[in-house]
Amino acid sequence: MLFRLAWRNIWRNKRRTAITAASILFAVLFATFMESIQKGAWDHMINSVVNYYYGYVQVHEKGYWDEQTIDKAFPLADSLKQLQEKTPEIRQVLPRIESFALASTGDHTSGVMVVGIDPQVEDAMTNLSGRISEGRYLEDNEEAALVAEGVAENLGLSLGDTIVLISQGYHGVNAAGKYPIKGMVHFGSPELNKQMVYLPLPVAQYFYGATGLVTSLALQLDSQDDIKPVVKVLNSKLDTSTYEVMDWKDLLPDLVEAKTVDSAGNVIVYIILYLIIAFGIFGTILMMSKEREYEFGVLISIGMHRWQLALAVWMEVIMLGLFGALLGILASIPLVWYFHVNPLRFSGDYAAAMEKFGFEAIFPANFEAHIFLTQALLVFVITAILAMYPIFKIRKLKPVQAMRA
Amino acid sequence: MKVITTKGVVKIYNPDKIPVKALNGVDLEISEGEFTAIVGPSGSGKTTLLNIIGGLDRPDEGDVEVGGHDIDAMSDNKLIDFRKEHIGFVFQAYNLIPVLTARENVEFVMLLQNRPKEERHGRAEELLRAVGLEDKMDKRPSELSGGQQQRVAVARALAPKPDFILADEPTANLDSKSTANLLDLMAQLNKEEKVTFIFSTHDQRVIDRARRVVTLVDGKVATDEVRESE
Repeated sequence: MLFRLAWRNIWRNKRRTAITAASILFAVLFATFMESIQKGAWDHMINSVVNYYYGYVQVHEKGYWDEQTIDKAFPLADSLKQLQEKTPEIRQVLPRIESFALASTGDHTSGVMVVGIDPQVEDAMTNLSGRISEGRYLEDNEEAALVAEGVAENLGLSLGDTIVLISQGYHGVNAAGKYPIKGMVHFGSPELNKQMVYLPLPVAQYFYGATGLVTSLALQLDSQDDIKPVVKVLNSKLDTSTYEVMDWKDLLPDLVEAKTVDSAGNVIVYIILYLIIAFGIFGTILMMSKEREYEFGVLISIGMHRWQLALAVWMEVIMLGLFGALLGILASIPLVWYFHVNPLRFSGDYAAAMEKFGFEAIFPANFEAHIFLTQALLVFVITAILAMYPIFKIRKLKPVQAMRA
Repeated sequence: MKVITTKGVVKIYNPDKIPVKALNGVDLEISEGEFTAIVGPSGSGKTTLLNIIGGLDRPDEGDVEVGGHDIDAMSDNKLIDFRKEHIGFVFQAYNLIPVLTARENVEFVMLLQNRPKEERHGRAEELLRAVGLEDKMDKRPSELSGGQQQRVAVARALAPKPDFILADEPTANLDSKSTANLLDLMAQLNKEEKVTFIFSTHDQRVIDRARRVVTLVDGKVATDEVRESE
């Protein structure tokens, strides 16, 4: 009976129902969209920096990460090469040798990072060949370089030009070499775009005077969820007095901190958003309670217990909340999907400002079920809490005064 | 047998600001099966007295005994149960539940009493037939005229078989024909169902049909006239 009463009351004033459901719908829509963009932007950023370069886990010689010097290069022993076979969660092992060098051409010089890669393995993980904007990708042992677009722009280089690299090699060896530019690479991350130069691994090892040595093994995993177990397994299998195993959060603490700071800032934005949402929904509940005060008085007068009346009204608001939240999810799906497929792209000053911090001004929406469900649930919980207001009113209601209203 | 007794009932509204004495020592006794009109000018305390007898409001002073119970001593929940079992209300503005049909409105209090479905259905149909609305049972209040709504309200008040019906200006919003029909109906039910009817009213047509007329002036019983039975 209480359910029937609640259900019919929902449809009694269709306009009020529509306003309440719409306020819940827009609340879910707005909150879902906001979280999708925020999470999507961070995932994109992490993905472009971590998955496409650093890898989720890296193995180095102990102490390398704190003091990144070519002198801490280590021999690529067979046991390390076989990591992938021993640990099924590891999809690829990418050997790299990297250090900073001075690049020059004509009158221009620029600091760059010269990375020696296994072209095929690197491509399998980072799809580096897919980032070629001009020219062709590296062959295994060829004496050629891939240069990031930003480096080429700084040095005024074109495809086919020669880039001269000078650095300090392994244990103080003079490192110098000149390489024809075989391809230009475009990176989403402006930071990478301004400093990356790739050479085939043996060529880079020769350049640094470090034949057979690498500075890092970047590991590509099947899933982010595998990070912790893989780190644990590697720490048990490798000699930890010789090697260090680090996940991307250890490798990029600044990125982690930036995400934490951004998330903390967003908490305030979310609180303000939820407050606005809560006031919007509360307004309609308040209106409904006021409008029906007389009726509440009558129902108590003819023998309905306050708890029965409160339960009926609460069910009514809860059903409205569920209805609005469900509609909110349905409305959010196409919106979030659209921005997932067509990310927001900023240009001009805003993009320039973001690039200064090393980020690409692209905000794809994250299309994940848990975002829709969490936001719908949160808005529903807010509605359920606000539905306590009529209960409070009914508890205090004096039938005679209510019927005089 | 006396079923309602009030002794020295005083009710003051706004005691802290500008006190208004709505009832100023009302002494009244009503017996079982009476058909009583409480009359008086506006502000004389008619509605307040009905509210206090019906347990919707509490007196500031005095005693109220209804059906042998001191209702002022009852808790809020007990009062709700007492009203549900013993008192039927008919309001000036009908006050039906807008989302329920005539039949469901009549069944509503029985539903609150947890009466079995068959009994509820049977009683609702019987009462709606008695008030001449057998063809309107499945209509909602908005689909009924004022007179029809008030007849549903009377059927609703009678449904749980109460000891008393308290009717506050029941004909105030009705035309002459509807008023006459309603009074016929209530008189008939008073006779057949042995229910005690107490009205507050301004309406001379209602006053003319009452078998006892209690006049309130300034919150006190000014006259109490018992007439010959019809």
